[in-house]
Order: sequence, then C-alpha cells, then structure tokens
Amino acid sequence: MALPPHASLGEKSWHYCYLIICALIFLFLIAPILVIIPLSFNTEPYFTFTYEMLTFDPKGYSLRWYDNILTFGMAEPDRPRNNAWWDDVWANAAWFHAFKNSLIIGIAATTFATVLGTLAALGLSRPEMPFRRTIMALLISPMIVPLIITATGLFFFYAAAGLAHTYLGIVMAHAMLGIPFVIITVTATLTGFDHSLSRAAASLGASPVTVFHKVILPLILPGVISGALFSFVTSFDEVVVVLFVASYDQQTIPLQMWNGIREQISPTILAVATLLVIVSIALLTVLELLRRRSERLRGLSPG
Amino acid sequence: MKTLKLVASATLAVGLLLPAATVSAGEITVMSWGGAYTKSQVEAYHKPWMAKTGHKLKSVDSPNPGAPIKAQVTAGKVSIDVADVEYSDAVRYCDEGLLEPIDAKSLPSAIDGTSAENDFIKGGITDCGVANIVWSTIFAYDADKIKGEKPKTIADFFNTSKFPGKRGMRKGAKANLEMALMADGVAVADVYKVLGSTAGVKRALGKLDSIKSDIVWWEAGAQAPQLLADGEVVMTTAYNGRIFNAAVSENKPFAIVWDGQVLDFDMFVIPKGAPNKALALDFIKFATSTKPLADQAKYIAYGPARKSSAAFVGLFKDGKTKMAPHMPTAPANLKNALVNNFEFWADNASELNERFNAWIAAN
Amino acid sequence: MAMANKPSPETETTLVMADGQPLKKALTRAMRRARLRAFLLVIPLLAFVLVTFALPIGQMLYLSIHNPVFSDYMPRLTAYFNTHPEEGVPNEEGFAALVLDLIDAKKNRTVGRVGTRINYDRAGSSSLFKSSARKAAKFKGPSYKESLLEHRQDWADPKLWNVMRRAANAHTFDFYLAALDFTHDANGNLIKVEPERRIYIMLFLRTFMLSTLIAGLCLLLAFPVSHLLANLPLRYSNLLMILVLLPFWTSLLVRTTSWITLLQSQGVLNDLLVAIGLIGDDGRIQLMYNQFGTIIAMTHILLPFMILPLYSVMKTIPPSYMRAARSLGATPFTAFVKVYFPLTIPGIGAGTLLVFILAIGYYITPALVGGSSGELISNQIAFHMQSSLNWSLAAALGAILLFGVILLYWLYARLIGIDNMKFG
Repeated sequence: MALPPHASLGEKSWHYCYLIICALIFLFLIAPILVIIPLSFNTEPYFTFTYEMLTFDPKGYSLRWYDNILTFGMAEPDRPRNNAWWDDVWANAAWFHAFKNSLIIGIAATTFATVLGTLAALGLSRPEMPFRRTIMALLISPMIVPLIITATGLFFFYAAAGLAHTYLGIVMAHAMLGIPFVIITVTATLTGFDHSLSRAAASLGASPVTVFHKVILPLILPGVISGALFSFVTSFDEVVVVLFVASYDQQTIPLQMWNGIREQISPTILAVATLLVIVSIALLTVLELLRRRSERLRGLSPG
Repeated sequence: MKTLKLVASATLAVGLLLPAATVSAGEITVMSWGGAYTKSQVEAYHKPWMAKTGHKLKSVDSPNPGAPIKAQVTAGKVSIDVADVEYSDAVRYCDEGLLEPIDAKSLPSAIDGTSAENDFIKGGITDCGVANIVWSTIFAYDADKIKGEKPKTIADFFNTSKFPGKRGMRKGAKANLEMALMADGVAVADVYKVLGSTAGVKRALGKLDSIKSDIVWWEAGAQAPQLLADGEVVMTTAYNGRIFNAAVSENKPFAIVWDGQVLDFDMFVIPKGAPNKALALDFIKFATSTKPLADQAKYIAYGPARKSSAAFVGLFKDGKTKMAPHMPTAPANLKNALVNNFEFWADNASELNERFNAWIAAN
Repeated sequence: MAMANKPSPETETTLVMADGQPLKKALTRAMRRARLRAFLLVIPLLAFVLVTFALPIGQMLYLSIHNPVFSDYMPRLTAYFNTHPEEGVPNEEGFAALVLDLIDAKKNRTVGRVGTRINYDRAGSSSLFKSSARKAAKFKGPSYKESLLEHRQDWADPKLWNVMRRAANAHTFDFYLAALDFTHDANGNLIKVEPERRIYIMLFLRTFMLSTLIAGLCLLLAFPVSHLLANLPLRYSNLLMILVLLPFWTSLLVRTTSWITLLQSQGVLNDLLVAIGLIGDDGRIQLMYNQFGTIIAMTHILLPFMILPLYSVMKTIPPSYMRAARSLGATPFTAFVKVYFPLTIPGIGAGTLLVFILAIGYYITPALVGGSSGELISNQIAFHMQSSLNWSLAAALGAILLFGVILLYWLYARLIGIDNMKFG
C-alpha cells in the first residue's frame, strides 16, 4: 500500500486523507464496543466518565456492578458470603439463571444444527443433487426472513403444538436459525474439497463410513466447527424468538439484557456487556486459529 | 469418532436437563410489573404467604402482565397462576372468558367482621378480579433542574415555554389523553364525555401535539424515574409509587404534582387453566386481606383497596416517613383527580391506541 | 462419481458392463442412486426446516386471512347473513338470530371476544355487545328488534351491520386492507382511512427509506475500509480485520447498549461536546430516541455485513490492473472509475442487498434507541402481537413485509447466487 516514489503532491495528500478516513471508520467500528469496558467499572451509577475515572483515581473505579450481576435476584444478598450464599446465587440470581439457560439452549441448538447441517451440506455439495439451488435457498432463508416474522409464526405454531414455554421449543427454533450458518460454512469448505481423495480411499477398500471419518471429516472439520460457532453465537445472541415463545423459565442472557435496558439501565448491563465482549474475543480467536489450520490443511490437496 | 461421542453425550446431558422445566407441586408463579412495585409485593405478600403456607412462589415480571395472559390462555398452555393487571384488562379478559371467576363471598372479611364486599372500595371486586391497590398516573419533576417557580398544575406539564425541557410520557393512549384534556381546561367530570367525541380526541391529540417534539416515550414503569434520574427529561408522567420510592429510598430530588392525577385499580386475576388454581386463589385471599394490603403501603406509596386497611397504614420502611399523605387517595391529593373509566377504555382502547400510534408515528 | 468417465455418445451403444448390462442403463442407475444418496443426506434437515420454519410461517399467513371468531361464536347470525345477502339493518329474523347468539355467547363467556373483534372496525362495539348480551336473556320474542333498539339505538347503525356481515366471513382480506390503511365506509365501499389514522403505509415507506439510507451509509463507510484491507500486506490486514470481526461477533444487545451509553443526553458524546465547549450544559443534543439514533446504531451494527463481501471481491482484483491503467495514461481518478470500480460492483451488490434485507426486518435496535420517529414496521407488528393482541392484523403486516423480503432474496439469488454468501 506504500506510495510509489513518483507520486505527486496531490496524490500524497489524498493518500493521507484516505488513511485518516479509514482510521476514523475503524474507530467508529470499535470505539462503541471498547467504551463500555471502562464504564462498567464505574463507582457511580452513571453511564459516563466521572472526574475520578478520567484522573485515574482508584476511587472512581469499583467492581460493584460485577458484584451486582451475582446478587441481582438473590433471596438474601446481604448474608455473609459462605457456601449458603453461593447456593443462593446458584438458585436465584437472575443473571446466573439466564446464563445457565443460554448455555443449555445454545449447546443443544448448536449440536442439532451442526449434525443436521453438516449432513445436508455433504448432500448439497454433490453435483448430482436434485433441485440443489431451490433447496439451498429454502435452507438459508431462516437467516434472511426477519426475526419478527419467524417469531410471530413460531408463536402461533408453538401455541398449537404445545411447544410454547418449553426448552425443546426454543432449542428447535434456535437450531433452525443456526442452520444457514452451518450450511454456508460447510459447503464453502467442501467447494475446495478434492473429491478424488475420497475416491482414492474407496478404491483402496475403505467403506463409506471409514471414508467419512478418516478422509472427509478431518478436512471439513474446520468448516464444521466454525459453522457450529456461528450457530452457537446466533443462539446466544437471539432475543426476538425468546421474547415471543419463552416464559421466565427459559429466560436467556439477551432477554435479561433487553428487560434490563428497558427497565433499569444500571451499569450492571455494562458489566454483563463487557463479559460478553470477552466471550466474543475468545470465539474470534478460536475461529482465527481454525482458519489458519484449514489453510494449512487445504494446502495439501491440489485444488 | 471422539467428536461424535462428545456430541452424543452433550445431547444426552441436555436431554436430562430438559425435565427441569416442569413445575413441582406447591409452587405458584405470580406475574407483576417489576421494579419497586414487585419488590413491595414480595415483602408484603410473597414472603409472608410462603412463610405461612410453606409453599413456594416464583415472581415473574412483564412490562404489561395483561398481554401474556391472552397469549397463554389462547395457546392452552398457561404457566402463570396469578397476574397483577390493570382494571380495564381484568374486566375485558373476564368478558372474553380468559380468566377464572373468583367468588367475592370466599374472600376473608375485615377484622371487625365487615364482609369483603363492603370492605373493598367500590368497584374493587369484579367477577374475575380482586383489587389490591389504588394507584395513579401523576407527573413528577426534578426539583434540582427546575429553578425558581415550580410546576403546580397539570397545565404546567404541557407548558414548555414556562418550563422548558423534555417531557417523559407513557407510550400509549390511556391517561395521556385524559391529562391532555384536563390541561386544556376540561373539567374532571367531563373528560370522558369529551373524549368520547371525535372532536374531543382531536382536541386531546392537539394538546399533546403542542409538546410532541419534547416528549421522550417510556414503556415500562421503572423507566420513568430512570429518565428523570438520568436527566433525559425534566418532567415525566409516572406511576406515583415509583416516584415516591426514588424520592424517599434513593433520595432523588423528585416532586409529585397531584393535580390532574388519573386513579386506577390494579387487580389480581387467575388466568383460565392456571396450573395451580387452588393455591393461586389461596394466595389472592391472603394477599388481599386487611393486613398484607396495609403492609404493602410500607414499601410503596399505593393505597390499599380495602377501607379497613387504612387504619394499619403507618410508616414507610425507613421508619420515619408517614405514608398517609403520599397515598393517591389522601384528601389533599384528590382535589382535582380523575378516576379511570374502565368501560370507556374497554370500548375505545383499540380505536384510540390506533389513533395514538398513527399520531406518534407521524413526524 | 460415475459421471467422471462418461463415454462419448458414439461408443456407448456398443459398450456393456461385465454382467452384460448396457452401460447406459448401468450409468443411469448409478446416477439415480447417487442422486438418491445426496437427497437422503439432505432430507432430515429439509424436513426439520419445513416443520420449524415453513409450516409456522404458512400458518401465520393463513391467520392473516382467516379469523373465525365471529362465525364461531355467532353461528345463527352468520347463517342469517349467508342466506340474506342484502346490506344494511336487517328485519326481525336477523335480530332474533342476533339475540339468541348473544344469549349463548353470554352463557359461554365468549361475548367479549365477539365484541373485541367488531371493535377492531367500529369503536364502542365492545360495550354494546356486552350490555346487550346481559339484557338479551330478558327479551321476549318476537319483537327482538324493538327490544334491542330500545336498549341501545346503536343497533340501527347500518355501518355496524356491515361490519358484522364482513366479520362473519371467516376468510377475509380485511386485515390486509387495514394493514394498507384501507377500510370500508358505511355502504361497504373501499376507502382510505382518515388521514390522521393512516400509519402503516407511512411506516412501510419509512422502513424502506431508512433501510436504503442505512445500506447507503454502510456502503460509503465500507468502501474505503475494504479497499485498504484488500491492499495491505496480509499481516497488517489480518490485524485490522479484527476491528471488523469483533463488532460482527459481539452481541447485538451489547452493541445497542453501547450506543445508548454514547448517545444519551447525559451520555459520553454529549459530555464530550460539553467538555470541549461546543455546546452548553443546558444545550445537550437529543441524539437518541429519534431517527438519528436508529440510523447510527443500525449502520454500526450492519457495517460488517457490507465490509466482508466487499473485501472478498476486492481481494480478487489484481493491483496490476490499476498500474496498467495508469501506465496507459489514465489519471488516478479515471483509472479508479473506469477500471477498479466496475470490478467491485458484484461486491457492492451483494453487500448492499444483504444489509438492506437485514435492515428492513430490524426490531430490537429501533425499539431501544429509536423513540417514536425511529420506529420501523417491525415495531408495529410487535405492538399488535403483544399489546393490542390483534393477531390477524399483525400477521397481515408480517405477510406484507415477508413478501418484500422474499422479492429481494430472490433478486439476491438471481444476481449474486446463494453459493457466494460467506462469512469471516
């Protein structure tokens, strides 16, 4: 991207302008996410930087909002912090309850979406697959159709089928929403897949199951895992469907946040948000490592 | 192969966790409005009831507990045993067959033996609902932000030249239209007559129009004091108890203007097909008896729906604030007060909300 | 797999398999088996998506044209309407059917539902049905008409009867008409509702315009950044890519919360403006609870969806093209407009369509930061689902939105191809 030595003055100034514009856009992208992190350590219940915070006075910073994540919803938050107190957290703390639900629903939905989605992607990537484009379009559409419409449809359907206010109902809905991501990532991996590898294995006497385990799966695994991650994040982040078809029992973190933002925007929300940003960073790292591994592996097959 | 096993065991683990969703016997779910209001019910009703009966009670919040009832009953999958709803919703849902009827005779008498029917404030018992509190929509201001002369009448709320600054209002037709008419000079007795005519609705919306660009809309009850505290608005309409709590427990400089308040009941109802109907009824009987109703006033400034409770209303939980003058029903606060006409709203809610939404959405 | 060695047409007639079968037949069978095998892999998922996605949406669409409340709970009057097609206030026979139905509805506690249904189209009907049903048991025939009119004069209103007559059709397009701000007048003619009650067309238009604006803003912001990412050496661009991917992977609610913190009147941006003296403490700008809030927050949230497709297209444009254009005498500007820009159009198309499709269905962000002027059509759907409980109208609004999205999706599939959708 370096400028050639013969660039004119106009070109040079335009080039620096362009770099500044890009820097500002990157700032726009990342600053809103970073700004909540220091604010979540605010001593005061405000959404803005206090004088103490700006002068790096330790008095301006505290962990009270992180503590509040644990105590919110507890029966007796003021008791001494012994085992009984932690039992109370486990049983009653609202954010904890939401976190457990998000995890259960996310893992179950991801498992479901990944298994079915990977199988389907294997079928869809074969050239002989009939009605390939139409079926593909249908399977991707949950990602495209506005969530409010999907949620409205599920609301009526689940009411009639007795799936409203059940874990199974939410898991199925979230699996359905995660499937497009699995399909897209796995088929993308399979387009670079050299089919002669599986033919070679078959000609050497491997059964189709062995071929799948020993040849296909290791190669498409990065795609499968990143699809699974996408579908987990979709479930972990989804609020509209939960809003429509869940009851308190299935309250998830995004729903708890939605209620929190509408009812009492205390910096507790920022503390939760900060923790979620850390989770995203972790996921992003995993994904990046997978991508590198995938590139290395694919380098093996001429393709 | 390892991955498959992992996947299989994860599925199995999740499968084992699923039955946790079913409610064990002896537990009821009570849905209410959240924030300080739910807290006051937890202290005055939930905890004493659990201590007395040994049953468990789960408290759930919703920005409007009326909405999930219809959804759940129509779906035939009811998870709420008791809900705290607005008067007009209690009447409307009862007519739509969405609620279990409650026999007024089964409610406990007052301590002096007065029957429940005579003890409740007139209208406090309907076919399917039992009132717990009298609450009101008032407007409040931040005394620190308004220097000099303070607002005193409902007209001041709509006067942005005298009192500049943003206004918070509930996003809905109810109470806003009435307040607009009162501010426009309509006498309390005539408000619903005027609002019943097309010209009256135009007049009310016209009054709202005069401050439209300054309005910040809120939806959940806890948002109103939040908007004031955050400095997003200088005045807001609010449920009176929320403002009282912010002012007294959190020492916020909030003041209530009672002029032009709109009074309403809140009702306990049992959705049709509630999983624990008998326990739900037992809870309602307990919660709406004389003492617990009076106890709730210890935690929030809403008036008890039984006359016999008034004698027991004492000090706020801080042990020094006398509650009586903070009740919407205190004589000094009733000088220019409107009682919500539930019949009117049952008839006109959908029409007026439609008009209101169209008005609000138009730039 | 069998396809790979497909023989040429001239030879295939003569070739046979080891077991004596003609090769052509064997190939067709192998082909069919392969197709079946591919299809079997897809079947479980297809069935799952049909049940959990297509079926519920189909059911919702049906609900938007099917509302049997009136015909179910007022069967006699419905039957009367079916045999007496003339409009207006009926005679004694119609009133008798009405009274008998009201008595039953009162007994079954369904009269409120009927009243609510009629109330959608004629305000004040709820109490009319309720009070009449209370009285109905005391009426003695055959002067039902007289008794009812004596109770409430409303029953002589021809508009009420026309509304009931239309409601008696369980299958109706009336909710679509309502969703497009149309209604029927007293004579049953189709008219636009009064100007001060029109809302949905305006909201559909606003949703369309704001989505266009947001897609445009995203494109404007994404173009330079994608260009930079595509042209930097890999080790720098990978680092910078994190700044795009982190927002992409961060929860929607977290990002919306961030914008609330930034935009509040006591929030970070206003504080900053006050601190540097651009505005006074009492002159804080309303950045949230209006269209501005919706636009800026949604642009931020959807920007990665524009950058990623644009970047993947720009990555494939060899830098030598621009150098060639320059060496042939083009100014940097001409080279960009004539050579580089046309090559990025597939990326622009993919990104813009994707952002636009996602934007027109947004609900959460406008609900939290949009106030009333930043509200989109989804918020009205949610209102009718959760507050007014007029579910048929919600379904009709949803169906219209869905139609728009499908149209765009079809366009996307035709122009860009679904196979080309990628993330990360």
